Amino acid sequence: MIGGLFIYNHKGEVLISRVYRDDIGRNAVDAFRVNVIHARQQVRSPVTNIARTSFFHIKRSNIWLAAVTKQNVNAAMVFEFLHKMTDVMAAYFGKVTEENIKNNFVLIYEILDEILDFGYPQNTDTGILKTFITQQGVKSQSKEETSQITSQVTGQIGWRREGIKYRRNELFLDVLESVNLLMSPQGQVLSAHVAGRIVMKSYLSGMPECKFGINDKVLMESKGGKSGQDDTRGGGYVKNTSGLYSKPSSSTKTSIAIDDCQFHQCVKLSKFETEHSISFIPPDGEFELMRYRTTKDISLPFRTIPLVREVGRQKMEVKVVVKSNFKPSLLAQKVEVRIPTPLNTSGVQVICMKGKAKYKASENAIVWKIKRMGGMKECQLSAEIELLNTNDKRKWTRPPISMNFEVPFAPSGFKVRYLKVFEPKLNYSDHDVIKWVRYIGRSGLYETRC
Amino acid sequence: MGDAKYFTTTKKGEIFELKADLNSDKKEKKKEAVKTVIASMTVGKDVSALFPDVVNCMQTDNLELKKLVYLYLMNYAKSQPDMAIMAVNTFVKDCEDSNPLIRALAVRTMGCIRVDKITEYLCEPLRKCLKDEDPYVRKTAAVCVAKLHDINAQLVEDQGFLDLLRDLLSDSNPMVVANAVAAISEIMDASPNAAQVLEMNSGTINKLLTALNECTKWGQVFILDSISNYTPKDDKEAQSICERVTPRLAHANAAVVLSAVKVVMKLMEMLDTSGEYVTSLVKKLAPPLVTLLSAEPEIQYVALRNINLIVQKRSDILKNEMKVFFVKYNDPIYVKLEKLDIMIRLTSQANIAQVLAELKEYATEVDVDFVRKSVRAIGRCAIKVEPAAERCVSTLLDLIQTKVNYVVQEAIVVIKDIFRKYPNKYESIIATLCENLDTLDEPEARASMIWIIGEYAERIDNADELLESFLEGFQDENTQVQLQLLTAIVKLFLKRPTDTQELVQQVLSLSTQDSDNPDLRDRGYIYWRLLSTDPAAAKEVVLAEKPLISEETDLIEPTLLDELICHISSLASVYHKPPNAFVEGRGGLRKVLPPKSELGEGVVDSLGSPTEPTAQPPQSTVIPGADSLIGDLLDIDLGGPGPSMMQQQMYPGQSQGSAQGGGGSQGLDIFGEGLDNLLGGGPSGADMLGGLGDIFGMPQTQSYVPPQEVWLPAAKGKGLEITGTFARKNNTIHMELTFTNKAMQPMSGFAIQFNKNSFGLMPASVMNIRSPLPPNQGASTSLPLNTQGPVMKMEPLTTLQVAVKNNIDVFYLSTQVPLHVLFTEDGEMDKKVFLATWKDIPSQNEVQYTINNVQHNADTVSQKLRNNNIFTIAKRNVEGQDMLYQSLKLTNGIWVLAELKIQPSNPSFVLSIKARATDVYEAVKQVFENILHN
Repeated sequence: MIGGLFIYNHKGEVLISRVYRDDIGRNAVDAFRVNVIHARQQVRSPVTNIARTSFFHIKRSNIWLAAVTKQNVNAAMVFEFLHKMTDVMAAYFGKVTEENIKNNFVLIYEILDEILDFGYPQNTDTGILKTFITQQGVKSQSKEETSQITSQVTGQIGWRREGIKYRRNELFLDVLESVNLLMSPQGQVLSAHVAGRIVMKSYLSGMPECKFGINDKVLMESKGGKSGQDDTRGGGYVKNTSGLYSKPSSSTKTSIAIDDCQFHQCVKLSKFETEHSISFIPPDGEFELMRYRTTKDISLPFRTIPLVREVGRQKMEVKVVVKSNFKPSLLAQKVEVRIPTPLNTSGVQVICMKGKAKYKASENAIVWKIKRMGGMKECQLSAEIELLNTNDKRKWTRPPISMNFEVPFAPSGFKVRYLKVFEPKLNYSDHDVIKWVRYIGRSGLYETRC
Repeated sequence: MGDAKYFTTTKKGEIFELKADLNSDKKEKKKEAVKTVIASMTVGKDVSALFPDVVNCMQTDNLELKKLVYLYLMNYAKSQPDMAIMAVNTFVKDCEDSNPLIRALAVRTMGCIRVDKITEYLCEPLRKCLKDEDPYVRKTAAVCVAKLHDINAQLVEDQGFLDLLRDLLSDSNPMVVANAVAAISEIMDASPNAAQVLEMNSGTINKLLTALNECTKWGQVFILDSISNYTPKDDKEAQSICERVTPRLAHANAAVVLSAVKVVMKLMEMLDTSGEYVTSLVKKLAPPLVTLLSAEPEIQYVALRNINLIVQKRSDILKNEMKVFFVKYNDPIYVKLEKLDIMIRLTSQANIAQVLAELKEYATEVDVDFVRKSVRAIGRCAIKVEPAAERCVSTLLDLIQTKVNYVVQEAIVVIKDIFRKYPNKYESIIATLCENLDTLDEPEARASMIWIIGEYAERIDNADELLESFLEGFQDENTQVQLQLLTAIVKLFLKRPTDTQELVQQVLSLSTQDSDNPDLRDRGYIYWRLLSTDPAAAKEVVLAEKPLISEETDLIEPTLLDELICHISSLASVYHKPPNAFVEGRGGLRKVLPPKSELGEGVVDSLGSPTEPTAQPPQSTVIPGADSLIGDLLDIDLGGPGPSMMQQQMYPGQSQGSAQGGGGSQGLDIFGEGLDNLLGGGPSGADMLGGLGDIFGMPQTQSYVPPQEVWLPAAKGKGLEITGTFARKNNTIHMELTFTNKAMQPMSGFAIQFNKNSFGLMPASVMNIRSPLPPNQGASTSLPLNTQGPVMKMEPLTTLQVAVKNNIDVFYLSTQVPLHVLFTEDGEMDKKVFLATWKDIPSQNEVQYTINNVQHNADTVSQKLRNNNIFTIAKRNVEGQDMLYQSLKLTNGIWVLAELKIQPSNPSFVLSIKARATDVYEAVKQVFENILHN
């Protein structure tokens, strides 16, 4: 298992060093600094083996986190752990920076003592850690309190404590999709997929059992004809108190094919496997209920058509057309097109019909921003780029044009059909719960080669 | 104000001040001081001098302070063992504290202090904590057992902690179970004794599967990893475990997913491959693997390294997912390179167009390594997908036109491979290649270009000039280039002898007289001798038809692949190396895939029905590497005349560089011995021998014929004595018989008949023997046999019952057929088929034998075996050992695969045999022994 954990700043100075195993010596700290941080070449692998010692590292801005081992450990787990650890640190003191780490080093040691034992990851849930590792130092707790802590740390439902009460039972569902595209200059889709996340904010009393229904083909078929329909897309939340989307509908054509999905640990995976139902007892507050991925029938919100012409050695002409491809009644926001320019650019003249475009020399790109754009519209930008003479023989490898945007619908076609809440012990029913749903589609890596 | 200030104190007399503060009465001051100490410790300052003062702060009810002191203790206790004793009392007291957090903290820390005297005191508190009422304490204690075991394994075993630990597997709390599993796995790894106590059975596995649903993600990983070490008793159990593990594939944590994949991949081995369940499992595996590619780049990297293994094991899993491996502009370089690897593996005719378009795109990127690999990948595509070859070649030509130096060089290297694969098809582009001659500065590219010129010398008008231009700086070239240049000029000479005599003289003398490199010198001598003795033979050797090159590269050896599959998600799978290659000390057991479940199998596979490997069209054999051509030549080994001949001197008159050196027999000696090592163990050319043997008028090689044995003593045969043996001549089996009449009267009316036998042997013609046979005289005959007779399995397998009749009586005798006469001439399996078959045959079918006291080297051995239709398909040199991979086929269609491990200077060879029908093993091994000892 993990033999030691080190955190370095960009200069390679150690900020945190915690050794869990006897086979890791102090020299390991230096070996990593010399061979990886100070290495002349760019790092070619996140796993490095130096003298039979393996180093796993990740980088957050200019902080290096390294886990060290001499055994044949589970590599996926080590990386998952390192990422989780940065999440935990961020949850305690915000951004993981040198200053923050130095300011909280005692806290970090305390956390490290708790979340790794002999190199084995233990409970890393921030919600629970915060109940007994605090920045103020532990106040003396009553016996009941401590036993509640220990049962939560080790408990079967480690993510929720008993006895939560709300005057108003309410829940929010965010369907957040990031749509990824790689398109050839000729407009052919090379690859496209949607990575979706369902983030739930629950303010529910007691230990509520929730059942979640979506328009996935497999789930719907196995349930048979209970599908719902919705026509209430909009920017904000859609409120629905009487069970979401209860209008009956016969069609299954609105269903989508989900390639793969993953769930928060509160979801009963065995039930999903056997009964195709998503049921869970949610943590209190905000959490990510589910992640999914689709590749079929994605409605791509935008298309970019680039036209790059090199006029001689010192001039280039670029024309970019952006077309929006969704219902005219909807509005896309924060639209941004990033058009890379060669390194030897000396000047740029840009003309665009809509929005603002600027050449940013430091980023080697023309950045074109459009605050709002309706569906089924088209905008155009043209630019003249002047180039300096260079000796560099190598051709400029045109990086792809990338886009950012936010649209108020789910490009995959994903729909929430229902979310039912049962709390047998308390006297509130599914109907009393106020439920809100919101769909947001954002650009992931949305690129068109040119 | 944060804690950063503790890092900045660099005043003189710091230690002294700290000492004062540590002993201060004020709690706050104390705490400040301890923090400063820890900060100094972190940056590597030695603060061990403060040990007693820090330990004094231990007795406090402030948990934060206590934790800091414990941290200090863990770091320095080892260097101050006597002082550390001072802390014991506090630990023991803390283990009794009413607060479970403190009890756990004490037992957790105590386990980390590796001082014998403290360890002694640890046992009792640990025992109590293992049975503590609070699960938090129990889960901490479980890990502590592993800590203690690491310090003193004997103590743990003597004190009965192993049993206590095992009991925790039935704990009601899932996290306790998970930590207990983790501790058990570690202890089992370290100590074989403990492994016996802690062995998993189906009961414990069941408990683990139950806990799996409820524990944290990390706990799930521990449990899944532990389950992957368990071999179920039959396929039913394997399937039920699979069913309970597959839901984990939908977990958000990549480690859980990959560990679940590992369990499923392993258990699938036990299930019926064609069954519906396996098909559904295979379908379930693809989506989660693809999803891993949207995780953080480091996790993607681990996933990609594992996917690389998985597609080699089961290529069907991801065959439709090519697109997800397309490289993104912002991927880190390590992800890009791995994706490229997998793209090449998944390339097929169906997706070649897309792949090629992508690769072309990548070839214009910035990162040199990535570009090179992309160019190489285009070449691999050409070789793998024949219909696309032309497009690939034109893409490469486009790339050459870019004149980017490393792109051009890389392109030339792969074009050489394309020429090898499709001879006489794309020579029109040679002119373009020649234009770039001057820019080539890397040895591999230069060598490749020279090879191309030599190979197509007759079509390049100025080939001699081109080669001559290389010759100018001959001494400064890399060996690879020198060797290639030598061969190319010899080729040129053989093709255009008139005007290149001078050139060939020059290169021969440069390589033999002016070079210190033994490889080069030896090759020079061979060519020289060959050219001067028999140019016709030289032509046949140097310009011989080349074996085809393989379509796949970098395939992992099947046994290693199987081992790595058992290590999915671990470091071994990232390095693609077995754990003992990078983990110190513990040898550990090699992990192997579980054998296929026997139910419904086996019977079908037995003798009666020949099980052919999956019918594949005959394909290329594998000769890897750039200078394979020369490798082929030099791997020639004449086994023919037997060992006496083989041991002769290697070079007659080496120093003269003798061009006059001798006739046939001496020439023969050159080839007779040892040259195989000239190229540092190059690829083994199995079928090179035939041609050369003919050139030198060698007798045809002969298979091993055991001496005749008495089958029927005269006393039992009423005066007829029969001795006999078996031989394989001209592709047929012969029974060599000698009848001796020891009776007083002549014998006549001989006839012979066989009982039903395992291989259906029967006489192919009537026995032709002198008759009548006068007293005291003998007669011999050679009776051809065929295998079309009735089949009945005998015990032992090779038993043959024979009835011989004469005018006196009918006699029955029983003899053993040496199995090798049943090895057919077409027993040379294609390398790819071999790999696939080896993988396909379950590993429990693999049996190892040791053959002692063999006095031959690898090449003699492979020649000897070849003479008996045991074909060496590939030879590898692994860490000084020669590994020969061999195949043979029996007359009834049973294939037997073998791996022969030969260590230099060790006369004991290790033979591993793999076949679907295990009944033949004993006989096969006997054959190897006989042949190798002969």
